[in-house]
Amino acid sequence: MRILLVEDDPTVRSFVLKGLKEAGHNVDQADNGKDGLYLAIGEKYDIIILDRMLPGGIDGLNILETLRGQKNNTPVLLLSALSEVDDRVDGLRAGGDDYVTKPFAFSELLARVEALGRRGHNDSAPETSLTVGDLSLDLLSREVRRGGQKIDLQPREFRLLEFLVRHAGQVVTRTMLLEKVWDYHFDPQTNVIDVHVSRLRQKVDKPFETAIIHTVRNAGYILRPTQD
Amino acid sequence: MTEDRSLPRRRRFRWRPGRPGGKRGRWPIRSAGINFALGYGVLFLISATLFLSFIWWSSTNLLNQHVRAFIETDAQELQKRWTYGGAPALGDAITDRLEQNIDDDALYLLTDRHGRRLAGNLPGWPVAIKRMDHFYELTIRRYTFTTPAEFKAYNLPHGFRLIVGHDIRGRTLLSTVITRTVIWCAVMIALLAVGGALVVRDLFRRMVGSIARTASAVASGDLNHRITLTGSETDLVAETVNTMLDRINRLMEGVRQVSNAIAHDLRTPITRARNQLEEALFSATSPDELRTAVDRAIGDLDHITGIFEALLRIAQIEAGSRRSAFTMVDLNQLLTNMAELYEASAEDAGLRLHLDTRPLPPLHGDERMLQQALANLLDNAIKFSPPDSTLTLKAHPVPSIAPSGHPAPENGPAGVEISVRDQGPGMNDADILRAHERFFRAESARNTPGSGLGLSLVQAVTSLHHGRLTLTQAHPGLKVTLFLPLTQEAEQASRSVSLTEGSS
Repeated sequence: MRILLVEDDPTVRSFVLKGLKEAGHNVDQADNGKDGLYLAIGEKYDIIILDRMLPGGIDGLNILETLRGQKNNTPVLLLSALSEVDDRVDGLRAGGDDYVTKPFAFSELLARVEALGRRGHNDSAPETSLTVGDLSLDLLSREVRRGGQKIDLQPREFRLLEFLVRHAGQVVTRTMLLEKVWDYHFDPQTNVIDVHVSRLRQKVDKPFETAIIHTVRNAGYILRPTQD
Repeated sequence: MTEDRSLPRRRRFRWRPGRPGGKRGRWPIRSAGINFALGYGVLFLISATLFLSFIWWSSTNLLNQHVRAFIETDAQELQKRWTYGGAPALGDAITDRLEQNIDDDALYLLTDRHGRRLAGNLPGWPVAIKRMDHFYELTIRRYTFTTPAEFKAYNLPHGFRLIVGHDIRGRTLLSTVITRTVIWCAVMIALLAVGGALVVRDLFRRMVGSIARTASAVASGDLNHRITLTGSETDLVAETVNTMLDRINRLMEGVRQVSNAIAHDLRTPITRARNQLEEALFSATSPDELRTAVDRAIGDLDHITGIFEALLRIAQIEAGSRRSAFTMVDLNQLLTNMAELYEASAEDAGLRLHLDTRPLPPLHGDERMLQQALANLLDNAIKFSPPDSTLTLKAHPVPSIAPSGHPAPENGPAGVEISVRDQGPGMNDADILRAHERFFRAESARNTPGSGLGLSLVQAVTSLHHGRLTLTQAHPGLKVTLFLPLTQEAEQASRSVSLTEGSS
């Protein structure tokens, strides 16, 4: 993917830049709001990563508002040291698509970037079914089949699986699952998400020969279709 | 926080000082005490004058009536004498009366048809008396002085005429007495007003002084100073100021706790991370060892970040700014979803999560904060529960309490009570008292992971909703109860309850 990174802190910038490049992305960078805005308007990106606080009079929110004002719908991920809930809401209200608070784990950022990039592609027609490998989800009847065999899932388990399938091949973090599947924005002390994923695995992976839901150490989970 | 709702609404007096150079003159006296006493004096003077005027009016009236009645009866008596013995008898009677009249206030005149004086002590027919059977009030000259007198003239047969009159200088005396009283009153009132002004000013100063002393003590750093309540009207101000000071004190205490905590609880993991990295730098022999050390250091840093976030969040909640995010929250939905989220973790830990809720009314609050608070409680309960025990998440509406102290279900519920109960080791009474302090961890909990901020956050969220957080021993285990009021009145009621609890 072609990504624009606007971040003034050189350490964070080079850290993110290196990580994104290693993950196979093509990254342009800017260290101030003015250059950032210039690039964001002039070039075509799949994703823009914006720091909220930038030197030079133009901050992340200004860039975001200008882009949205020009009907530019490139997915934008906001990066900020402001963790207050209100700040997050402000950022999302201004047209941001996701929000990551500093300090962050790179795996979290990468997972969210890739989730956003994917979303940008299939925003077209609403699907009625999802298929990954031998797993298929009927979104209308809420029916799940794997290799022709029907799997009974609770409504929440269905949503969890649906999220994983929509992001098949991508790492999704625990925080992402808590935010997107449960719509919760707090930091649970215990392993609530792990338990729910492991329950899902009991139903989706255990009765079958190969597992499709995998744990990614220090990051989260990935749903990888079986090769057949 | 803005406890603005709790204050009784008071009318705001707007005092517009005269603009300098403006046309309206400004009242020169600034002292409230003197103004008060002046106003009081003027009011007293006016009422005394009114009162004395009434006495003057009613007593002169009475005197007049009395005099007139006397004149009429006297005249009738004399006319009878005329019928018995004619002019000579009447003249004798008049002379008799004058001789017996010790007060020297009776006035008579008897004239014949030519107007000649036959008897009486009036020198001649007064020019003013023209009509018969009509009362006249005239000023006449007697001996050396003039005096007011009341007269009535009567026609007798054969052209004879009679005047009966009465000297009413008593009335003059009365008026002198009353005038003197008024003057003395004025003098005394003036003295009282001045004295009162001094006393009132002193009172005012003393009332205000107590508040001012406390305020200046606080300004110079002694936050424990409070205004003594005297039972007077200034108590309203005093109480408000005291409440404000309590709040400032709590906030300051919070800041102090946080700085202590930062010094202590943040230094520990930072030191640990630093040591690990340093050790790895000097003594790691393989990339794997180095990696493990870095990994652990990252874990420690994440832990520190978590503490920071929790602290900031608590501070933000306590500042009360989040009330702007209040919406109507469906607690039924919130509890069900929360139970669903945690039911799995409970089961994973070998526990049963029992959800016991009655239908709850919607609550005006911050949904995310309530979720967070509940999550903290459930996290804690799961953490401290022994295997194969039961957690209970219970919620029910609390009926209103009528002023009589009996439940008043017709007023609708006063609030909502949500409780989480575990069957873990529980806490002893001393720990329960300290449980909501920041970074407090019971001795028995030292070995479990955690920062000691969970309950502080729950406490902050509860206060944000004007609620009450209570920890009770459940034998076995601990029961944490949140009471969240639904309405303003309930808020105030709960506050007064918690105040009385605090003072006992």
